Amino acid sequence: MARIIVITSGKGGVGKTTTSAALAMGLAQRGHRTVVIDFDVGLRNLDLIMGCERRVVYDFVNVINQEANLNQALIRDKRCDNLYVLPASQTRDKDALTKEGVGRVLEELAHGYDFIVCDSPAGIEHGATMAMYYADDAIVVTNPEVSSVRDSDRMLGILSSKSRRAESNEEPIREFLLLTRYDPARVEKGEMLSVDDVQEILSLTLIGVIPESKSVLTASNSGVPVVLDRESDAGKAYSDTVARYLGDEVPHRFLQVEKKGFLKRFFRG
Amino acid sequence: MAGYQRTSVGDRPAVFELKAAGFTLPIIRLLEADIEAVAAELGARVEQAPEFFRNTPVVIDLSAFPEGGAKVEFPLLVGLLRGYGMIPFGVRGGNKAQNEAAEAMELAILGEHETRASRTERSAAPEEPAPSAPAGAAPSVQQGEHAANPRAGAGAAFTLVTRPVRSGQRVYAAGGDLSIIAAVSSGAELMADGNIHVYGPLRGRALAGMKGNTDARIFCQDLQAELVSVAGHYRVSENIPIELRGVPVQIYLDQKILRIEKL
Repeated sequence: MARIIVITSGKGGVGKTTTSAALAMGLAQRGHRTVVIDFDVGLRNLDLIMGCERRVVYDFVNVINQEANLNQALIRDKRCDNLYVLPASQTRDKDALTKEGVGRVLEELAHGYDFIVCDSPAGIEHGATMAMYYADDAIVVTNPEVSSVRDSDRMLGILSSKSRRAESNEEPIREFLLLTRYDPARVEKGEMLSVDDVQEILSLTLIGVIPESKSVLTASNSGVPVVLDRESDAGKAYSDTVARYLGDEVPHRFLQVEKKGFLKRFFRG
Repeated sequence: MAGYQRTSVGDRPAVFELKAAGFTLPIIRLLEADIEAVAAELGARVEQAPEFFRNTPVVIDLSAFPEGGAKVEFPLLVGLLRGYGMIPFGVRGGNKAQNEAAEAMELAILGEHETRASRTERSAAPEEPAPSAPAGAAPSVQQGEHAANPRAGAGAAFTLVTRPVRSGQRVYAAGGDLSIIAAVSSGAELMADGNIHVYGPLRGRALAGMKGNTDARIFCQDLQAELVSVAGHYRVSENIPIELRGVPVQIYLDQKILRIEKL
């Protein structure tokens, strides 16, 4: 049976889709059959980040409405055989996601895959609650600033009360904190919350810290999950995060200001 | 002796009489199983006429649900109604599962004819209208998104929460004390009819003595609250002196003045 992971945050623009793409690719590269689902119906983005936007025929809502079957809608990644993308519909709205429909699709996927990554839309409304309802694990993506932290906290509350596991009194969802857009230099200056500050407030297991990096934007624009960029700090940090999710003990990197050499100071990476 | 219908035997004066009486009671007819939606609407109604609902016995009507319909969270519902001062004492029109759940909450099952004619043994027997409302046995309730796994302690109305109370969550310990052994985030709300104890940082709101108990107190290990209140006397974060923030304190009423004292 597949493990269902929801990537969520509450606040928008913190890096949920980037994280979904990177995590799904990372898991697939390590040999796990993985499917990543875009729950952001009406604001489809995952296909762009994954670089498969020109191959979308059917989408998630078609499958829910039984207008297409799963095999027709799933898009196989060209870089990794173990990875499939289930894109969102751009022409519908979130109400197209029904609890029964989503449940049925996840159930069907659960037999053929090891991991199902659900890319949640922002907000705490229907789309977001549908994305997290069936989850086994949740990765809460948070930026080191107060509004993002508060929204994550709110999302954690919803995870522990409105999910299937909560409603049926099963073991609660495993929750992890992923800090993105982290800038140690600004933390040092006191302009940004530190890892410790955020953990103090959220009291959650830290699964990774992704440093602020230009490579994320470049990767998104070119449709390549940033985890494939092995040269960049962000790519390495996502790779570490995937390893930690799978149970490896990997020390956190990029938490300190790098001592930059003379030349590096001019060509900031 | 209590089993007899008539208690006056021979010349002895009667100690009680059994009589039938009909009462007109408000009925809450549930149209949706979503207690949160009910809570939101009920809150608005009560706001308009709080006195009307105070200590009013109410019957919960489930007949609007289709057969085999949704599961009703009776503990939540009963606590919610009690939280607004009402005394829920019975249900009608429920199916078997709903009736069983209601009975577990010590609610009377009222048949259609009973509520209409009210001349049956069941409604006639107790003259007091609320056989199920011993205040001490009131369950704890969370409104809004409730924190996971709060446990009512043995016997007394005592609520224990072991997981963090997140922003947007509300925990209400009806009829008793509330203990939290985790962090309470800013934007979370704790309410208790009795005392509140917080053993993690308290960053949200804490309201003790919700029903006007002026002896209620708030105890916390690390005060960073947005608002603290005892029996309606409150103080917002801005008015909490800096030297009392981040330290263990107790908060209580001293002749209608809210005092915050270092422990």
